Amino acid sequence: MRRLIKQREVIVDEWRYADEDPVGRQRALILPFARWKEERDRWWLWDGKLGVRLGPTDPVAALEHDFLRVSLVALEFGGLAEGRGYSQAQLLRKRYKFTGELRAVGKIQRDQFFYMARCGFDAFELPETANFEDAIKAFDDFSVAYQGAVDSGLSLARRAG
Amino acid sequence: MYQYDQIDQRLVDERVAQFRDQTRRFLAGELSDDDFRSLRLRNGLYIQKYAPMLRVSVPYGLLSSRQVRMFARIAREYDKGYGHFTTRQNLQYNWPKLELVPDILALLASVEMHAIQTSGNCIRNVTADHLAGIAPDEVEDPRPWCEYIRQWATLHPEFSYLPRKFKIAVTGSPQDRAASKVHDIGLHLVRNDQGEVGFEVLVGGGLGRMPMIGHVIRKFLPKHELLSYLEAILRVYNLEGRRDNIHKARIKVLVKAVGPEKFAEMVEAEWQASRDFAPVHDAEGFARISAFFTPPKYETLADEDVLSGKPTEFRAWYQRNTKRHKVPGYRAVFLSLKSPNRPPGDITEAEMDRVADLSDQYSLGMVRATHDQNLIFADVRQRDLYSLWQSLKLLDLATPNIGTLTDMICCPGLDFCSLANARSIPIAKQINERFDNFDYLYDLGDIELKMSGCMNACGHHHVGHIGILGVDKNGEEWYQITLGGSASGPDAALGQVIGPSVAYDDVAETIDRILNVYISEREEGERFIDTFRRVGVKPFKARVYAPSHQAA
Repeated sequence: MRRLIKQREVIVDEWRYADEDPVGRQRALILPFARWKEERDRWWLWDGKLGVRLGPTDPVAALEHDFLRVSLVALEFGGLAEGRGYSQAQLLRKRYKFTGELRAVGKIQRDQFFYMARCGFDAFELPETANFEDAIKAFDDFSVAYQGAVDSGLSLARRAG
Repeated sequence: MYQYDQIDQRLVDERVAQFRDQTRRFLAGELSDDDFRSLRLRNGLYIQKYAPMLRVSVPYGLLSSRQVRMFARIAREYDKGYGHFTTRQNLQYNWPKLELVPDILALLASVEMHAIQTSGNCIRNVTADHLAGIAPDEVEDPRPWCEYIRQWATLHPEFSYLPRKFKIAVTGSPQDRAASKVHDIGLHLVRNDQGEVGFEVLVGGGLGRMPMIGHVIRKFLPKHELLSYLEAILRVYNLEGRRDNIHKARIKVLVKAVGPEKFAEMVEAEWQASRDFAPVHDAEGFARISAFFTPPKYETLADEDVLSGKPTEFRAWYQRNTKRHKVPGYRAVFLSLKSPNRPPGDITEAEMDRVADLSDQYSLGMVRATHDQNLIFADVRQRDLYSLWQSLKLLDLATPNIGTLTDMICCPGLDFCSLANARSIPIAKQINERFDNFDYLYDLGDIELKMSGCMNACGHHHVGHIGILGVDKNGEEWYQITLGGSASGPDAALGQVIGPSVAYDDVAETIDRILNVYISEREEGERFIDTFRRVGVKPFKARVYAPSHQAA
């Protein structure tokens, strides 16, 4: 079973990815964005929970009207050089008022947690080899911030707009 | 000068702790080279040819004497006794030990300094006019806005992993001494028809492989909209900027690809769509910042004749190395880091200590770094100029060459930099040796010579009146010459290549020929750049590469 960090705790993932594990029994299913786009209407009848996984070039605006159905969005990162997910997250949380689980997936590391959490991510899929307990400390790297942001479980002293 | 409160201090202290832990994880093998590279880079730490290089942020070029003393101490205890001022008003150390960098950062934090975002694909140090607050032609002091932007940009959650580095310059004067047109964003404080002050916003300037002059995308932005508008620009860039090719990842490439008008529309659309969550202007916070930049209590003095009866050498220094101050009885004094035997921009620890002392004695304990790699004492009483000059002379900081040919901008080049194709420091020396006659330099007048050791253009060669670019030809160092570039004022321009590159030994000779063309073509009182603009590249081309010269 996959472990992940959610709201600063290590938990066992209740979700499965449709493309990785098409016949699994979990009733919480994450679809790739392309498939969601294609099969969107069919999935409204499904009685499990639905998530969508977006790559860095997929437009989050496409999900705008789907949040009654979609309760998880996974955004992919390809390492430290990939930063579009931060803006995607901001838009999901702030412009489209998405309140479900926002998960950072792909090649991510603890050094990004502070930024990611402030952009609204609340779940983080680290590689299995990572030290999860130690990584959680990274949320506390900073106790202050200059910007207002979408914070998840962080309490920060703040300044500036 | 801005002073940290508890929030600022805590952030910097926590950054030191975070970086200390990242360094520890790297040394313990828990972080790969690649992952650590990206992390150390956003804290100004490069691995260069021979040693790491640490770039320390000097926000908009402003330093207190206490900070300069700390620079000296770090140079003494952690480096080989000197530092190097850069074209973005920062200071670089060339020989720190990687494992000791966290200790250096802790020392910097103790004097309200840091290396946050001095490199890496994030928003870099915000730069400003080095005569901010004292220039007679200024619309408004840009520094409070620089500090406001600095805070907003520091560890910005959304814009810390951009496609590429991002540089912002702010100027409050039409002269534009901050080279703002060759920045990713240039902000000009301007007055509109109603007499209100706001920002003219330029985007997409830059040097490097694809030099471009920035485009105005908004003629007048009300001040209170600054951060919301910057966020709109950055979001469009973060989402749409190219990430597939490092050489095409700067915002200028995006602006060029879609066109400035279309880019302006994209920003406008994003701006309007973000109205309900964009940062709101923090008037109280801004007032708090502004209060640190209210003019110091100047004495009531009259302008005086400081030149009569003084030696010619002093008069020359006064003419070249001091500038008008908006307050009567004061002058701004340039400390030239371009003496003949000094790598441009370099300063030793002993000199830094003395500079700190002199700034306490003569200039309210403040020092400024300029984008052309000199230092400034901004607030010197005219009556003190002569004694200050005598002290600076002893320190080799009074070379009267500010604004002349030998006041060159120069990158570290192949002597230090692993990106460079050719050396630049010895070329600076070659030029200094050739043009060591001050009367000749003064006759030539204002000339900006800028030199880079590779096409990354850290030495801004594209915008030099004379630009020199080091290139590699089959393992040999060659130098390409451009003419007619300019970074300042309303007519910023990119230089034109005049012909084939020249050999290492021929650079000074080539410059000499270029200057001879200028001298024969110029009209009374005409500056080099103006002559070039009038006569064009042709006469230079013809005579610099004339066969008689080739044979010589």
